[in-house]
Amino acid sequence: MKQLPALVAVFGYLSLLTVGGGMAAFPEMKILTVEVHHWLTFPQLIHFYSVGQLSPGPNMMMVAAIGEWVAGPAGALAVVIAFFLPTALLTFAVGRAWSRLEQWPWRLSVQRGLAPVSIGLLLAGSITMAKGAMHGWLNGGIALVVFALLMTTRTNPALLILCSVAIGVVRYLGR
Amino acid sequence: MSKAQGNAAIGRTRRRRGERAVRATVGEIFFVFLSIGATSIGGGLVAYLRRGLVGRKRWLSDPEFVRMLSMCQALPGLNGTNMAILMGDKLRGVRGAAAAIVGICLPGALIMMATAVIYAHRGDRAIVTVLLSSVAAAATGITFFVAADLGRKSLSGIGDIVLVTLTVALVNLFHFSVLAALFLAGAIAIWWRRPRPAAARLSAK
Repeated sequence: MKQLPALVAVFGYLSLLTVGGGMAAFPEMKILTVEVHHWLTFPQLIHFYSVGQLSPGPNMMMVAAIGEWVAGPAGALAVVIAFFLPTALLTFAVGRAWSRLEQWPWRLSVQRGLAPVSIGLLLAGSITMAKGAMHGWLNGGIALVVFALLMTTRTNPALLILCSVAIGVVRYLGR
Repeated sequence: MSKAQGNAAIGRTRRRRGERAVRATVGEIFFVFLSIGATSIGGGLVAYLRRGLVGRKRWLSDPEFVRMLSMCQALPGLNGTNMAILMGDKLRGVRGAAAAIVGICLPGALIMMATAVIYAHRGDRAIVTVLLSSVAAAATGITFFVAADLGRKSLSGIGDIVLVTLTVALVNLFHFSVLAALFLAGAIAIWWRRPRPAAARLSAK
């Protein structure tokens, strides 16, 4: 329970970094949850993120798992509110003002300027993730095949995750 | 400006853009977003939203959807939840927005809470570790795809590539905080894309 204020502060801050997508906040999430607060280990964080890919809804809903892990249901509720409320209010306000903002000359500058920056942040988050998830050639191979399939075909990512589960079973039995 | 005047102004703007006046009850908004939140497995939430909001419910036309999405991408927050806020507000104001975001978040939040409880009891078993190691590898492939896919749709020219590289280098190489990288690279990028002189003089007045 005494972790609740820290959880709210950390995830409220992280929510403002999710420009372009949730993965943009991942490097900072790793530093704050693993290195600063020691709420969980890096492999555990990666496990939660990975299970989050199999769960429906916004993929960063895995933050609920971190809240539950640290401080039970109250922690999960606090984290979800802290992570989603600030950006929800901002989007609400900007949405209401958008017809006026569309006339603003800098609006297009902001949108076009932030596009490459947000993609850079998503890439940086992916690289942080890869550092924790790439153990050995098999994992590298799985990641590459998944990437190539998604780039060239319209495969459902959930199907690929299920295939990776199957590979994991074979790997476990073959140890 | 009073609420009635405000609504009238919004109505005028919408008519000018050829948008239809659509209404829905708060309960209806909640259940539509709850069903999207419960079925959108495997990322690609945007595709599920498009199918639900443009296809099934006809709450938005395709150009309106694209316009809303481009707004969501420039703002902090996940595309899915930002879309829920904008759609809910458009249909039913504050209460609609609240119903939409709670609906889209609820199923995933409950599933992830259950995951953490199970993980606390079984997470250290060898089979769980081996399975999740493979799943994490696939998840890494997916996150790289999300960035690359967005890149091939919205990046143009060498300047954009330089900005992507700069942002990645700031975070992963020079260990800037994401916030500092966002402000630094963002400021450079926005200045680089600043309005051309004619437009800039207008905005300075």
